Amino acid sequence: MDYILAGLKEAFRLLFSFDRGTYTVIFLSLRISGIAVLLASCLGIPLGALVGLHKFPGRGVITTLLNTCFALPTVVVGLFVYLFLSHRGPLGMLGLLYTPGAMITAQTILATPIIGALSLVAVKGVDPAITKSAISLGATKVQTTLTVLREARVAILAALIAGFGRVVTEIGAAMIVGGNIKGTTRVMSTAIALETGKGRFELALALGIILLAVAFLINTGLYYLQRIRE
Amino acid sequence: MKNYTIQTHNLSKEYNGEAVLKEINLQLERGRIHAIIGPSGVGKSVLLRLLNLLEEPTSGEIHFDGKALRENNRLNLHRRMTLVFQKPALFNTSVYENVAYGLKVRKENRSSILEKVKKALEVIGLKGYEHKRARDLSGGEKQRVAIARAMVLEPEILFLDEPTSDLDPRNVAIIEELIKYINREFKTTIVIATHNMFQARRLAHEASFLFKGRIIESRNAQEIFTSPKDKRILRFIEGKMIF
Ligand SMILES: Nc1ncnc2c1ncn2[C@@H]1O[C@H](COP(=O)(O)OP(=O)(O)OP(=O)(O)O)[C@@H](O)[C@H]1O
Ligand SMILES: [Mg+2]
Repeated sequence: MDYILAGLKEAFRLLFSFDRGTYTVIFLSLRISGIAVLLASCLGIPLGALVGLHKFPGRGVITTLLNTCFALPTVVVGLFVYLFLSHRGPLGMLGLLYTPGAMITAQTILATPIIGALSLVAVKGVDPAITKSAISLGATKVQTTLTVLREARVAILAALIAGFGRVVTEIGAAMIVGGNIKGTTRVMSTAIALETGKGRFELALALGIILLAVAFLINTGLYYLQRIRE
Repeated sequence: MKNYTIQTHNLSKEYNGEAVLKEINLQLERGRIHAIIGPSGVGKSVLLRLLNLLEEPTSGEIHFDGKALRENNRLNLHRRMTLVFQKPALFNTSVYENVAYGLKVRKENRSSILEKVKKALEVIGLKGYEHKRARDLSGGEKQRVAIARAMVLEPEILFLDEPTSDLDPRNVAIIEELIKYINREFKTTIVIATHNMFQARRLAHEASFLFKGRIIESRNAQEIFTSPKDKRILRFIEGKMIF
């Protein structure tokens, strides 16, 4: 029991003394996942809006695919990204493997279907009369789509938060394609795994606390967004 | 020859195989106020949505300025006309943003938008409402914002679907005056759907009586009530209409 308490004490010391190594890991984690969510929203939101607002052949297939990819196992995504980026793979010449770029790639693939599927639900939730009003007031197709997205803004923001929550906590892909290299690809989840394996619980606990705090903030955010919607 | 903005040719609309509008042949003369009258559920709102090109007819055609739809540019047409919905669907933004919407999508400059919105809100009795959230307004206030949002566009054709259904008598009078004013000042062709025949008489030059998806009589708005040819209109006037 003592070593847990000791670990916790040390964890708080690391956090409140603003220990350089600890915060490097935290900021790397937030940066990599942040960029991934940004990229994923550039793909996922337009995809969701397109599928949600327009009728075209293949619409059902895309919807099903999005929903399937919602639950993509992270290690499988890691494996595929690894195969593509390894020096024998088709994108090997990019030299991305074991860099933050590889992790951003994997996390973007993980977050896009989540953001896409939730954006689709979000735009479908907008009253069709809103779309018709926009058209009747002279909006172009693009302007109409942007108007619907603006109406769905709270739900879209919730989609982004959900996507971020998924990638910042995942470990499978980060470990495989990032390689857990100190200072460049060691993020919160991989660092916790490593430090725990080595029996050094202080740093693992400190990062665990931060990760929990991030998850807590995310869910608090979602809770308030839901309250706003009601 | 009369100058028609819109003519429909055997316009029909079905929902899930059920006919709602049947072979509608309407001729809307430019610069006039037309009333579409009829009891609840006969298809007035559907007709306005078809005319405003918000839904596709099942069969039949709509001609604008004597030209078939395919010879016209849809966006251009949408920017010449607008529909105020029966149930106003305001955007979840401020009152100002709502009224400015159509001007913004037309890329008008800011100062002219500011001025037009301010004036429109004054006219409909919502002066100083710019920064209120549209969703927080009362039913009647929402309806007036929806009218203002259409009015600032100074459209060539204005469709009004029961524009005064949520208003008190004073505001009904204000909006009716406004409708007449818009028609007089800007020569706007106005099509108003209403089940209130008194309102139709007060406002319209022409009236078409819609019954079970068909237009059963289309005439001068005074005559259609004083000496209707169709007995069903008489029953409607006497309040004995059986649906
Ligand atoms: N989108 C839709 N899908 C299926 N049926 C519809 C749809 N819109 C309208 N209808 C049906 O078409 C008929 C005519 O509806 P409409 O709203 O045009 O009536 P209305 O004349 O405007 O009545 P009111 O005076 O009550 O507004 C109704 O029976 C309605 O149920
Ligand atoms: Mg109606």
